[in-house]
Amino acid sequence: MNKIKYLLLRRFTQVGLLVLYFGANAYGWNILAGTFGSSLLFGTIPLADPYTTLQVLATGFVLGADVLLGAVIITFFYFIVGGRAFCSWVCPINMVTDLANWLRRKLKLDKDEVNYRFLKRNARYWIMILGLIVSVVVGISAFEVLSPITIMQRGIIFGFGSGIAVIFAIFLFDVFGVKNGWCGHLCPLGASYSLIGKASLIRVEHDHEACTACMECKVVCPENHVLHMINKESIHVLDGECTNCGRCIDVCGDDALKFSIRNYLKK
Amino acid sequence: MANSNNNRRKFMATTLQSVGLTALGGLLWSGYTDEVKASPLVLRPPGAIKEDDFLKACIKCGLCAQACQNRETNLDKETGVAKEGTLKMAKGGDHKLIGTPFFIPTEVPCYMCEDIPCVPVCPSGALDQLSVSNDKGELDINKASMGLAVVHKESCIAFWGIQCDACYRACPLLGEAITIEMHRNERTGKHTFMLPIVHDDVCTGCGLCEQACVTEKPAIFVLPNEVSKGIAGDHYVKGWDKKDQDRVQNAKAIETTTQRSNQSSTDYLNSGDLY
Repeated sequence: MNKIKYLLLRRFTQVGLLVLYFGANAYGWNILAGTFGSSLLFGTIPLADPYTTLQVLATGFVLGADVLLGAVIITFFYFIVGGRAFCSWVCPINMVTDLANWLRRKLKLDKDEVNYRFLKRNARYWIMILGLIVSVVVGISAFEVLSPITIMQRGIIFGFGSGIAVIFAIFLFDVFGVKNGWCGHLCPLGASYSLIGKASLIRVEHDHEACTACMECKVVCPENHVLHMINKESIHVLDGECTNCGRCIDVCGDDALKFSIRNYLKK
Repeated sequence: MANSNNNRRKFMATTLQSVGLTALGGLLWSGYTDEVKASPLVLRPPGAIKEDDFLKACIKCGLCAQACQNRETNLDKETGVAKEGTLKMAKGGDHKLIGTPFFIPTEVPCYMCEDIPCVPVCPSGALDQLSVSNDKGELDINKASMGLAVVHKESCIAFWGIQCDACYRACPLLGEAITIEMHRNERTGKHTFMLPIVHDDVCTGCGLCEQACVTEKPAIFVLPNEVSKGIAGDHYVKGWDKKDQDRVQNAKAIETTTQRSNQSSTDYLNSGDLY
């Protein structure tokens, strides 16, 4: 049970949030309404995705105060819990790409398959910037017209239509194309949360003394370059690309990894 | 020395490749985005700002559609179960900009709720509350202009001479947005044509007439304002209407000079080659 504690907790929040959003439309629940682009919590508190908000602003439209305030609230929230906590604890696409990753491991694709190296992990930052430029040029939120995240979420709330193909495409890409292809290389939304998360407070901490160098954590980590300190030094995982998913803590048999508050005072 | 040269070449090559791929991606992305937003035949919720701006502003949250679905008046009077709401969120295959709200009158028209639940919830300003409010600042759905009902007279049976006033009766602004114009039926000599005439200044584009129309494919249908309305322009003025004169106050004369117009009009009239 201890081996999947955080995994279960994450699935619980991911599915739970989707249930709340679904209920808001289907049954008129007043807890969490809208979509990830912009939501309303308890019918009063506005929430908005920072990157989506930036795209709308890039089109030249002067947004309503609700969205701007919502974007500030969300930015502040993820500044505390770790930027890409959105990716692993909220985003529904995470369930698709996690499934793809699991399948890759089961099929041993990581070992035998040709790994396409043309795609670098920093591509997402370029895509993020490109998305804003395209928004300016075309006058429409560029990532929102193809974002599998909100396509999947709206699919669950309002019905999928042919949008389900996009979700399936991401799955195939991650299984047979590039390992961690979507979340780890392309997604500009994840990139924006990486930037927010660079300074965030809740982080994974490594204990070098306890580590037996089994490297289980690096196998399951979707961004395993962030775990460069394993069996080397006792520090926090400070890279913004860490999704705070806690999978490494789950699989660690030595108690060498745990969540803790980053200490800005101690140098 | 040779090594640093190699490094520099490699750096240049990777930079060039990155820039090239980014440009390629940008072009493809822009092209795709530009295509998907081009769908003028779509009816938006009440209070929606001009389509161009609407596409920029809508953050695709779906709060309007959720408010429409969950309005109290949407409950079936007999069973108490919520019916399908008017507003749908465009999904793949709808061929509208994905994630934006729209409605199809023949499926579910806009029932013009007095409290307009869909508009005040919009967080982004894509639905403008002021445009559906009266002078006192109260919500007034009759101010909405989602589109305009248009009659195709060749398929409208009232224009054939058959008595039908389904659209006139279905109109929430009864006797204002659609009026019945009477004409003598010369063919029979003793009957009346009762023709439905839509008035642009009153019609909100709710689509109840389209849903009520009895013909196989509705002979009256709502089209978005962008496609259903002409623009007379500044060249023509209702000389008898003070307001209309104000409309062209800022009109600028555009004079085109051609070789022919350089000769004065009198020359042209006197030149003799008029016939």
